[in-house]
Amino acid sequence: MKYFIKKLAGLLVTLLVVSFLVFAAFAVIPGDPATAMLGTEATPERVEALREELGLNAPVFVRYVGWAADFVRGDFGTSYRYNMSVKEMIQDKVPVTLTLTAMSFCMIVLIAIPLGLVCARHAGGWLDRSVIVINQIIMAVPAFFSGILITLVFGLILHFFVPGDYVSYQTNLPRFLGYMFFPAVAIALPKAAMAVKLLRTSVLAQMKLDYVRTAYSRGNATREVLYRHVLKNAMIPVVTFLGMALADMIAGSIIIEQVFNIPGMGRILLTSISNRDYPVVEAVIVCIAFLVIIINFIVDLIYQAIDPRITFE
Amino acid sequence: MKTKAVKKILLALVCTTLTIALGACAGDRADDDRSQITIGIPQDVEDSLDPHKAVAAGTEEILFNLYEGLVKPDSDGNLVDALAESHTISDDGLVYTFTLRQNVKFHDGSVMTADDVKYSLDRCADTSSGAPLVAAFSAIESVNILDERTVEVVLTEPDKEFLPYMTAAIIPQANETPEKNPIGTGPYKYVSRAPQENFVMEKFDDYWGEGAHIDLVTLKVIANSDTIVTSLNGGAIDMFLRITLAQSEQVSDDYQVLEGTMNLVQAMYLNNKAKPFDDIRVRQALCYAVDPAGIMEINSNGKGTQVGSSMFPAFGKYYMEELNDLYETDLDKARELLADAGYPDGFSFTLTVPSNYPQHVNCAQVIVEQLKEIGVEAKIQLVEWESWLSTVYTDRNYEATVVGLDASSLTPAAMLRRFTGAASNNFINYQSADYDEAFEKALTSVDDAEKTQYYKECERILAQDAANVYIQDLPCFVALNKKYGGYEFYPLYVQNFASLYLVEEQSN
Repeated sequence: MKYFIKKLAGLLVTLLVVSFLVFAAFAVIPGDPATAMLGTEATPERVEALREELGLNAPVFVRYVGWAADFVRGDFGTSYRYNMSVKEMIQDKVPVTLTLTAMSFCMIVLIAIPLGLVCARHAGGWLDRSVIVINQIIMAVPAFFSGILITLVFGLILHFFVPGDYVSYQTNLPRFLGYMFFPAVAIALPKAAMAVKLLRTSVLAQMKLDYVRTAYSRGNATREVLYRHVLKNAMIPVVTFLGMALADMIAGSIIIEQVFNIPGMGRILLTSISNRDYPVVEAVIVCIAFLVIIINFIVDLIYQAIDPRITFE
Repeated sequence: MKTKAVKKILLALVCTTLTIALGACAGDRADDDRSQITIGIPQDVEDSLDPHKAVAAGTEEILFNLYEGLVKPDSDGNLVDALAESHTISDDGLVYTFTLRQNVKFHDGSVMTADDVKYSLDRCADTSSGAPLVAAFSAIESVNILDERTVEVVLTEPDKEFLPYMTAAIIPQANETPEKNPIGTGPYKYVSRAPQENFVMEKFDDYWGEGAHIDLVTLKVIANSDTIVTSLNGGAIDMFLRITLAQSEQVSDDYQVLEGTMNLVQAMYLNNKAKPFDDIRVRQALCYAVDPAGIMEINSNGKGTQVGSSMFPAFGKYYMEELNDLYETDLDKARELLADAGYPDGFSFTLTVPSNYPQHVNCAQVIVEQLKEIGVEAKIQLVEWESWLSTVYTDRNYEATVVGLDASSLTPAAMLRRFTGAASNNFINYQSADYDEAFEKALTSVDDAEKTQYYKECERILAQDAANVYIQDLPCFVALNKKYGGYEFYPLYVQNFASLYLVEEQSN
């Protein structure tokens, strides 16, 4: 119970700090929503009138408190640019980014765990060696570049998908998922490669420990030792990595969204920053921060499930 | 036992993922029988949809399809009657009288009335928020309904060039939320928008005029310029507005590349108050050192139209080609002028350029090289467009910048007013009594020949004072799938989708 209260307090403090930092950052960087909106046709009178209308003349701290009070009550404000409620703008984008993350996460798990185990079991064999080489290459290629390669090979040459032909999940769910498949691969590849390497090393390290020898001496076959005893222990560093990777994918999907022209949270965030559209930026950042914290929390719980010796007080 | 279960789950997951992915790949694109076109745009219509409040050029050019004013520009830049059937301007330039077109319908089915016209014009001129929504409307004294099909606009001062502002959209008085629910009289009506994703319009069947050919127009945001060519070649979009020359060379044979001009004045704008640009000899030296033809050669294979003052060719009789030769590239003369001004060894300055406009960044890079020849060291500082707007344009805190300035309406005043001493957007801090006088005379003269002469005088003064280092009107390329035709370039920031048609539809 105490643990939960502690976690919850940590969550609130983090969100407060993050959201205030965003406000503070906007106060420091040049550019102003009113001049950004009015462009080169602006007159000083119009800019002033607009600043007044948007409530930009109040000091940063007052604006922040006002925003935070509304936010807590579930009012995310209105986008300066689009004149639409921020909630309305974001609620369609969150599922896009989450789907992308979930798909690539599934791929990582599906590829990395079986492959890592097989490699460890046949360490030194031809499969293991070729996987190590391929792994090195994939890890060295950043997601945006594999994204471009995938577009070229599967999109333009093999015609498995039409590059840029994104469809909203509300219009056509299967086509949406189909379009998300290749971007998910691009995100998953380098992370899966890392996970394979990590699991393989971890399993091999565990295999040298005393409990493994004991398990063998009791007459267990390699398979049983591996799955029943080693895997659980070897998973701890992999779970840590997967948790970090997941958080990283949510916050980092911006780049892949750009490469594949997917209008997710990343795109909204980027354009809103350059438009100085604070309410939208705030909401997206807080949303991402919230998800990342929740994932960390879940990872903690999984630790406990895997290894009951780990407790949180 | 446990491992078997895990294996089964894994297998099931793999199968589902593959089924979905492969099933989706086979999906068909066509949704129904209606003709449609998907047009890629580099920036979302990220603005209010209220035509009087929207200010971004990218929004205005799209809203052109939804809204109309009493008059509207045609593809030659002439103003033709739209919601007005005819108009007259009094000889003293004070009263504009419009006879309204009958039975014009709004997108919601209601009929446009004189009340709607008065409401819309009054709304633009409304000063209750501190400043009128449309700055030029402060010149309106009153809008009067003479009878149910005649409306007159009375100005506070004579102005024979006020007609371009009558392109302001007429909207129904009954619509309380024009920013979300745009209702106009244009050939297309609004269907939906998804921020950073798309903007959908459909043909308005009750349009008063000839109307559109294509039923459904989807504007798709392609924010990353690297994916434009793949989106075109893959077939995700049928058209892209404003691609670069390099991109135009990469598009497949399915596309025609149309060439027009951007209708702006690209120049190295100088802060005339900042040292050493406050010295006319220094500014002239820069003009002699910078070679526009060289810039065009490097950046666009020689495409582009040179300009010698703040006016571009689409302005017809106002454009003065002869000013292009005023500063024939001459490095010796440039060095001489610099020496006279007290900079025999040159000087260095910062060139602030908005990073999101590659055409200006590329231009700045060539300028930097050209200026090295006379010992002038320019350092490029890239800033975001929003920073540029506040630091350079509003606060005038810069030395020099490379951008393109366009005209909000096709009046020479729209290009030249900003260089008068008192103009709030005179961001180059240009001060010249002669210029102000010539501009004032141009505004107030009622005789067209005289007016033209004064505007030309303004252009000449700008060039002779070397207020800016003028370069070119940039070339503009549009990629359009060969299935479609009818695209028209406008001398203004306008996209008319109603003129597009399907080629086979036309040949039937």
